[in-house]
Amino acid sequence: MTQLPAKPAPVKLGLVIDLDTCVGCHACAVSCKEWNTGGWVAPLSDQNPYGPNQSGTWLNRVHSYEWSGDDDSASRTVHFPRSCLHCEDAPCVTVCPTGASFKRGEDGIVLVDEDKCIGCGLCAWACPYGAREMDLDQGVMKKCTLCVDRIYNEELAEHERVPACVAACPTSARHFGDLGDPESAVSKLVAERGGADLMPEQGCKPTNKYLPPRSRKAAAPRMGAAAASTSTSVGFLGWLDQLLSD
Amino acid sequence: MCACRCGIKVHLKDGTLRYIEGNRDHPVNRGVICGKGSAGIMQQYSPARLQKPLLRVGPRGAGEFKEIEWDEALALATEWLNAVRAKDPRQLAFFTGRDQSQALTSWWAKQFGTPNYAAHGGFCSVNMAAAGMYTIGSAFWEFSEPDWANTEYFMMFGVAEDHGSNPIKIGLGKLKARGVKFVSVNPVQTGYSAIADEWVGITPGTDGLFVLALVHELLRHGWVDVDYLLRYSNAAWLVIDDPGGAEDGLIARDAQGRPLTWDRKLKEAVHAPGGAGHPALKGEYRLADGRKARPVFHLLAERYLGDAYAPAQVAEATGIEAGSIERIASELAAAAFERSIELDVPWTDAWGNHHDKMVGRPVSMHAMRGISAHANGFQTCRAIHLLQLLLGSIDVPGGLRYAPPYPKPLDALPVPSGRAEHVAPNQPLAGAHLGYPRGPEDLLVDEQGAPARIDGAYSWEAPLAAHGMMHTVIANAWRGDPYPIDVLFMYMANMAWNSAMNTAGTIDMLTDRDAATGEYRIPKIIYSDAFASETVAYADLVLPDTTYLERWDAMSLLDRPISDADGPADAIRQPVVAPDRDVRPFQDVLLDLGARLGLPGMVTDAGEAAYPGGYADYIVNHERAPGVGTLAGWRGANGDAVGKGAPNEHQLRRYIDNGCFWREELPENCRYYRHSNADYLNYAVERGFLPAADPVVMQLYAEPLQRFRLAARGVGEVLPPQQYRERVERYFDPLPFWYATADTTSEADEYPLHALTQRPMAMYHSWGGHNAWLRQIHGDNKLYLPRTVAAAHGLAEGDWVWAVSRHGRIKVQVRPMAGVNSHTIWTWNAIGKRRGAWNLDKDSSEGMKGFLLNHLIEDLKPPSQGGLSNSDPITGQAAWFDLRVRLEPVEAGETHRVEPHFRALQTPAGIAPAPSVSRFGGDQ
Repeated sequence: MTQLPAKPAPVKLGLVIDLDTCVGCHACAVSCKEWNTGGWVAPLSDQNPYGPNQSGTWLNRVHSYEWSGDDDSASRTVHFPRSCLHCEDAPCVTVCPTGASFKRGEDGIVLVDEDKCIGCGLCAWACPYGAREMDLDQGVMKKCTLCVDRIYNEELAEHERVPACVAACPTSARHFGDLGDPESAVSKLVAERGGADLMPEQGCKPTNKYLPPRSRKAAAPRMGAAAASTSTSVGFLGWLDQLLSD
Repeated sequence: MCACRCGIKVHLKDGTLRYIEGNRDHPVNRGVICGKGSAGIMQQYSPARLQKPLLRVGPRGAGEFKEIEWDEALALATEWLNAVRAKDPRQLAFFTGRDQSQALTSWWAKQFGTPNYAAHGGFCSVNMAAAGMYTIGSAFWEFSEPDWANTEYFMMFGVAEDHGSNPIKIGLGKLKARGVKFVSVNPVQTGYSAIADEWVGITPGTDGLFVLALVHELLRHGWVDVDYLLRYSNAAWLVIDDPGGAEDGLIARDAQGRPLTWDRKLKEAVHAPGGAGHPALKGEYRLADGRKARPVFHLLAERYLGDAYAPAQVAEATGIEAGSIERIASELAAAAFERSIELDVPWTDAWGNHHDKMVGRPVSMHAMRGISAHANGFQTCRAIHLLQLLLGSIDVPGGLRYAPPYPKPLDALPVPSGRAEHVAPNQPLAGAHLGYPRGPEDLLVDEQGAPARIDGAYSWEAPLAAHGMMHTVIANAWRGDPYPIDVLFMYMANMAWNSAMNTAGTIDMLTDRDAATGEYRIPKIIYSDAFASETVAYADLVLPDTTYLERWDAMSLLDRPISDADGPADAIRQPVVAPDRDVRPFQDVLLDLGARLGLPGMVTDAGEAAYPGGYADYIVNHERAPGVGTLAGWRGANGDAVGKGAPNEHQLRRYIDNGCFWREELPENCRYYRHSNADYLNYAVERGFLPAADPVVMQLYAEPLQRFRLAARGVGEVLPPQQYRERVERYFDPLPFWYATADTTSEADEYPLHALTQRPMAMYHSWGGHNAWLRQIHGDNKLYLPRTVAAAHGLAEGDWVWAVSRHGRIKVQVRPMAGVNSHTIWTWNAIGKRRGAWNLDKDSSEGMKGFLLNHLIEDLKPPSQGGLSNSDPITGQAAWFDLRVRLEPVEAGETHRVEPHFRALQTPAGIAPAPSVSRFGGDQ
């Protein structure tokens, strides 16, 4: 079994995903696939890419759910991007028999050392979020690296040193930063919007946070009562007369 | 890659694509990239890429081809086209699909001399374009954008994942960050609608009724920007009321042809533009010649204050409660008038009045396919513009903003060419193919009123068909109506599959032979595509195109602009990888064919090719008018001219150095009120966008429509044949109105459900849904239906059902959902593929479970409804979304596979089998 870092990392890099703004366009998922299939975890193989039962290794997937109570009229569609949450108490690390799965002490990123991975799949069983993917062609486990090969990559311009999914997101529903620093933009966003842990009862202490969909404000400000008087007294064309009676 | 035309940065590693990212500086996408953009890698290395020119050797549709050399292919095409051009250029029908080179393709067709040219707009969004141009001098989508930074209330109608999708997503993100209310009017609650603050699950085709009920409410309460209307619209123009007269319903004009208004103080009809004097908005007046006239606004108020548009009256048809309509009207008015904004930017109007501030009505709207793809879409889109105008929200802070080179007045737009007198052997067409008719005299009809074009565009069937009618071409060519053609030449248009109504019938037409001669009814088909799409199998000669990463492209102001509201922009794409197969960019091929045919402008006086460097050569050196070419940036010998200037041999280098685009930021005083903003209008003239700095008057009342109506009453020289008169009289109403497009009540009972499609965000407008990554996201499609409907039919997730229209039947799997209008079913479009096409395995999900709704959609209305094309009666826009269906159970023992079931296509010659594993990016 593998140890987590002795002390929680002071820096907790992670994602904040705004479920109120995500339109489910899959831009993040494909951008992730594109960057990472040639990146640190290369390749992300695809099985039967042009045949039946097509499948492949993706480190980020978007699921769409419809939520409604008994009344369909109150239904909502929620788009839910799913990737590794870089948990503080990561069961995928502690379950790993070879030390392949590990959490970095310096920034909290959870990674897989593919040279040590024997493809046993225990970590995928242990992860309550289904965030690990066995690469069927390579026989090793793949997972979100938080684009560790981008965020520290000094060959990239500074604004590009964010995960590919964040750079791609057209609605700016994805945010990247240090959730260990209460003064960081992402921490403030979480505080402001009631960002939450996914399935806290699992006790994994995920780093990534989800901003919940806001309650739908069916009503916006309406015209003041005084403004609504024209219909009754003089009629619309009478109102027009008054307006133009200069 | 698609109509969104984002800027991308392509990174290579050892000559192979490493990754594609958004260009942070690009005006369209500002650095973001969508799913299909990132999947461009799989497009580039698709195993479905055509390898070499193909000549058909078996029967059409069998997919039996032999590979031939380019010289042979081009010689054959030249031989076919030369014969046509020498005899009758009309016998070539040249139609392009989703390309971005319409400035070139339209010029080529004009120089060839055929009137039969258009791109795909006729089956996409011509209703939006035409309604906008005839009303506000611009249109939704590329020609405008909501003022994302300032708007306080945003309404979106019928938008799935439309044109400009990354700009819309970026804009919605901004609205969310500011907490602005976003209302989505859409029968389906997916995508954008899922994040809307209010989802209005309207019944399809009734948007016009809903919008005009909002208009009713605004008028009833006096929530109208009267000052805006007086200054900038034709609200005060006098409409002649002279029943039976030759000018009944036209605008009263003075001797110079200028519109008249009634001055309340002078008590006479005067020409007083810009709201000068004391114009009347109501009343009935006598013109000097004794005829009666009333202001446009009077007619407008009378119509929309009527009970037909009262919220309570429209609630049942639209599926929207009256209280909700009243509330939304009040919210719109509150945003426009109680939260109006003022920018401290002085400006001068077109009549010389100085304004200290720019006053804004921060309500903005966007609308697309869900409005456009109904046979009442033109009038519905006009209604949306009317609603915006009453709120004073066109090109004001917070409203809908023009994107230069728009707005343009109708007078600045071309009229169509294509009548017999415009066509002669071996001669160019006399003018532009596509334009905006001012009246019946601009129609492309003969003396009997029969169409001059093969698609019937600009005929009495579709007088304002400003984008042509690609969806009618194959059927008309097959019938020889109005005449037979010899060569059908298409580019990137999947007309043998998902781009056709009546798909199975269309396939039959493509393969049908004349019983007497044994020849194909459509004798010759040339097709250019980069991939082995369904349509390739039906071509006689296939000219393989490159991918979008292997060629030059230009996003020109002469085509559909990529400008944003703050400045005009255009762009190029440069080839980043060399083709690894024997294919050529279609644009190069077109210029090569033009030179071989000796088309004017494509050969030098010495008979040599005028653009030996292909499309890149043309982009730089072609001048449409003196000094006006494909690109606006870095013109002139030194590259210091903008808009107009001599060709600059270093122009492409300058574009590349600037991130492959050019954009000019407008000064602050030119960013709003541009329909009447003197500084902007002068700028537009200087840049060559407008011929004159005249204001663009908003047309609440569309006088050109009345001219058609008068013709239907027997007025004028060009009259509709008798069978069209009632139709033209009914639909060419100069004030927007709503009419039901669904059929009679009895048919509605028989087919009680509306049926729609939308394209998924990850595949919108893209060519090649076979993409290895994207097909893992959308590999098949289900028929989505309301839970209530599912329950009534005893259907659960994954069950099979027959969906039946009066035109056809399909057997598909269902998925019940809550967030859909209770009378509506829908599915994703173009996921279903013909088995064997696109080099996908014959057992792939796209062919076994994916399906097209197209099989249910008729190309012609039944004889009982006139037998005309299934299109908007004004613009000819394909009415995809007027479809009505019923569900029928699947019998026990029926096989579980989609119907109709087609024979699998054979993979064309030269294409290797697709791999069973992809390790893209790995070391091997």
